[in-house]
Amino acid sequence: MTFSQSDIDELLPLPPATFHILIAVADESRHGYAIIQDIAARTNGELQMSAGTLYRSIQRMQEQGLIVESRRRPDPEDDDERRRYYDITPFGTAVARAEARRLSELVRLARARGIAPERP
Amino acid sequence: MMRLHSLLLYLYPSSFRAEYGAELAHVFQKRRQLASNAVEVLYLWVREFVDVLFNAARVHWDILRQDLRYTRRTLVRAPGFTLTAILITGLGIGANTATFSITDHVLVRPLPFPEPDRLVQLWQRTPAYPQVEISSPNFDDWKKSSTSFELMSAYSSDAVTYAGNGQPQRLEGTSVTSEFFGILRVQPALGRVFSEDDMGEEAARTVILSHAFWQSAFGGNSDILGKQIRFNDDQYTVIGVMPPDFFFPARPGQFWRPLIIPAPARLIRDNYYLYAIARLKAGVSLEKARAEMNLITEQLERQYPRENAKLRATVEPLQENLIPRQTRSLLWTLFGASLCVLLIACTNLANLLLAKAMGRSKELTVRAAIGAGRERLVRQLLTESMSLSVAGGVAGIVIAVVALPLLAQLVPQRLPLADVTVLDQRVLGFALLVTLGTGLAFGVLPALRMCGRADHDGLRERSRSGVGGRRERLRSILVVAEVAASVVLLVSSGLLIRALWRVQAIDPGFRPDSVLSIQTWLPTPRYQSGVNRDRFYQEVLSKVRALPGVANAGMISFAPMTGGGGIWPVTVPGQTGTPQTGAIRFVSPGYFDTIGTRLTRGRDISDSDIVDSSQVAVVSESFAQRYWPNQDPIGQTFNFAFDNYPFAQLDRTVVGVVGDVRFRGLERRSEPQIYLAYRQLEDGPTYYAPKDLVVRSSIDPAQLVASVRAVIQQADPEMPISAVRTLRDIVDLQTAPRSMQLRLVVAFATLSLLLAGLGIHGLLSFAVGQRKPEFGLRIALGAQPRDIISVVLREAVLLTGIGIVTGLIVSRYVGRWMESLLAGVSASDPASLGVTIVVALAMTLSGSLLPALRATRADPTAVIRGE
Repeated sequence: MTFSQSDIDELLPLPPATFHILIAVADESRHGYAIIQDIAARTNGELQMSAGTLYRSIQRMQEQGLIVESRRRPDPEDDDERRRYYDITPFGTAVARAEARRLSELVRLARARGIAPERP
Repeated sequence: MMRLHSLLLYLYPSSFRAEYGAELAHVFQKRRQLASNAVEVLYLWVREFVDVLFNAARVHWDILRQDLRYTRRTLVRAPGFTLTAILITGLGIGANTATFSITDHVLVRPLPFPEPDRLVQLWQRTPAYPQVEISSPNFDDWKKSSTSFELMSAYSSDAVTYAGNGQPQRLEGTSVTSEFFGILRVQPALGRVFSEDDMGEEAARTVILSHAFWQSAFGGNSDILGKQIRFNDDQYTVIGVMPPDFFFPARPGQFWRPLIIPAPARLIRDNYYLYAIARLKAGVSLEKARAEMNLITEQLERQYPRENAKLRATVEPLQENLIPRQTRSLLWTLFGASLCVLLIACTNLANLLLAKAMGRSKELTVRAAIGAGRERLVRQLLTESMSLSVAGGVAGIVIAVVALPLLAQLVPQRLPLADVTVLDQRVLGFALLVTLGTGLAFGVLPALRMCGRADHDGLRERSRSGVGGRRERLRSILVVAEVAASVVLLVSSGLLIRALWRVQAIDPGFRPDSVLSIQTWLPTPRYQSGVNRDRFYQEVLSKVRALPGVANAGMISFAPMTGGGGIWPVTVPGQTGTPQTGAIRFVSPGYFDTIGTRLTRGRDISDSDIVDSSQVAVVSESFAQRYWPNQDPIGQTFNFAFDNYPFAQLDRTVVGVVGDVRFRGLERRSEPQIYLAYRQLEDGPTYYAPKDLVVRSSIDPAQLVASVRAVIQQADPEMPISAVRTLRDIVDLQTAPRSMQLRLVVAFATLSLLLAGLGIHGLLSFAVGQRKPEFGLRIALGAQPRDIISVVLREAVLLTGIGIVTGLIVSRYVGRWMESLLAGVSASDPASLGVTIVVALAMTLSGSLLPALRATRADPTAVIRGE
């Protein structure tokens, strides 16, 4: 699948829910509930994404080509047939990278003006 | 527990539910397992509920946006279709919005007074006339004896000369008793309304002004209260100004003053001239009030067997009473016609969309196959039809705003109603409802139909189903409905045209062309003197007759069809029985010749018929026929059966007979007429004194206006002049609402015919396209173009035939319902029905001609190659 920079730019800035989901599926396929748990764990429980928001975002992200439903399933003993697993696409990775760049650029600007803490 | 949750998930669109429903349930179940106590469970449920509500709305909104984008693309791609569809819906919705706004304004909306359903109008009723004005003593007795009413008020129409600062002006108004405003429960904008103290003959004269008159004559100056103004030759103190939207009892009213009836007149029981309104006591029904009034009038008949013979009371709800029956039928018919147009517009669009959807069935089936699902397809098609109808609705409102002034002409000017405004909440609400209904009506059928197809045989696009196939049946039914509805409109137009012709052909009893009519007003007290009146008449008549281009001139109490009272009971010496009534008018010599009423026997009124000579009368043929059938009426005598009124009781000798005049209007029954000599009117009130000048000219009457005015001004510079028009205008006014309604119904019928033609054309074009292979084959096998055309036409004629028959059956009912508008034309008038059938068939032929010709051009070789 080919995509251009303008395809990426068109989606920026990403809604926070979308960015979190992309990060959650960046390294491995996850099902919906696992995404929610991953986000909660990474944000120390501060962000408890609701199922409605999750699946509405997933639907839109699939349409945008950011994620796809995974063909790989876990071992049968770990699997639950109701679950669907999602993978990030190369386009999704590119968009997530672009968003991360955008956010760090913002933080750099804020830091330059002394309104964000220095790197720990 | 989980069942409740899955019910909650129904808030999501079904496509979303199908995709993620199981997972949403799974996540909820996991969380439910983590909740350890009732509070946590409750918190989970509340969160879930809010979450589903919010996200379901967002998902619906996302789909709508997608569908709208898609709709915009498809509509822009077919601009011809889109514009036609918007125009058709716009016309349908516009016609309905405009007719609704006026029907609602005049007929549906309650009168602008508190608790309007308790307001009633009272009349006297005789065996011949259901609504007759009331005599003063009868009113007093009704008021005294009845217990059903909170208040009862009498009023009578009134007019005064107001000199103001410039030209003397004639003002129309109402004299009312003190209860009048209390019954209607209206408060004045300024000052106060009348109290009992304003009512006596000796009381200081007071007046209340209409808002419009206060604005025009006094610039809306609030110092007006307490000011003296001169009405006729008397000073009146202004005590109040009514609010701008108060017009009762008639729109043109400019003032209200106390109704003061001199003591002698309070005793004359058979002089009918008062109107009455009343407010029912809370909890008293109309029936109870009617029953009580019946008892009271029976009692009065026993007491006054001669004057009150067979006299009863009519008690009608005020609202019904204010709006003439004809206006009602007129508006309801029009509303029905506009609904018919909307129905046809919807049917047509349903057909267009269906045809379009069939053209797209491959695309839709593919979309269904890749998971768009039935619901998504329905939504997509509905979004399309709704977008079209909303655009049509906007166009419709614009059309309504433009059309409203035209429609407003259907409402008589005198009704006590404010102007019709098109864009109020009710009307906009109605337009919105109609728009949504329209979008649904023409969107839902194709959508459901296409979904059925998508499931079944979508991809077998080339499967050859003939015109008689199942999918064509729906479209055929729609075409039949269109034809039927336009037949109903055509028949109605036909009947209304015939009725208009019939009314226009009614002989009014005079020749209205080239006759100018001008109202003068003989201000009192000067013109209470016969000598003064006479001087004025002689000067005006002789000078006007001498003007170049004038053939003759005359004067009468009230020109024909301009109202006025003067319905008097007649007695003929030697004849017994209840006195019947006749209409009296005082006329000058030359009046009959001027308006063109034939003198069939005897002589005209002459200048030598004076107060001191024997009292004479010229009567109409129906009057002579009624009292002296098969006898020579000339030389017969009669008098008026008024007690206590010596002038009326004088014996009068018939000296001439003239043709009957329809003085009440073309379509109303008029009493036989009695014309009295203008110089035999005694000194006193000028109500019956001839004030309407009529002038027959050999040139355009409009050219005479200035010189006639000048003659009147010369005779009396203070004489107010009003209502300058031709008798032709007065007669045409009688049929004006009819003509206007007819024009609209004909416009609706034309529109519907056009739409039905389009419908047939669309259906056949599609069918011919589908059957091209068949036609190609037929041609290859030696069929002639004639045969192909007849195959196609047979289909069209069959559908039209069914439509015509259905339409004719419905028309019979509609015709009966319109009876009051038909002036005696039969609802099954053969000419109207015949023309309708011919026109409908012609429409079918012209609609099917192109598709039929196209069918003959089916190329056999192409067909064989395609197979």
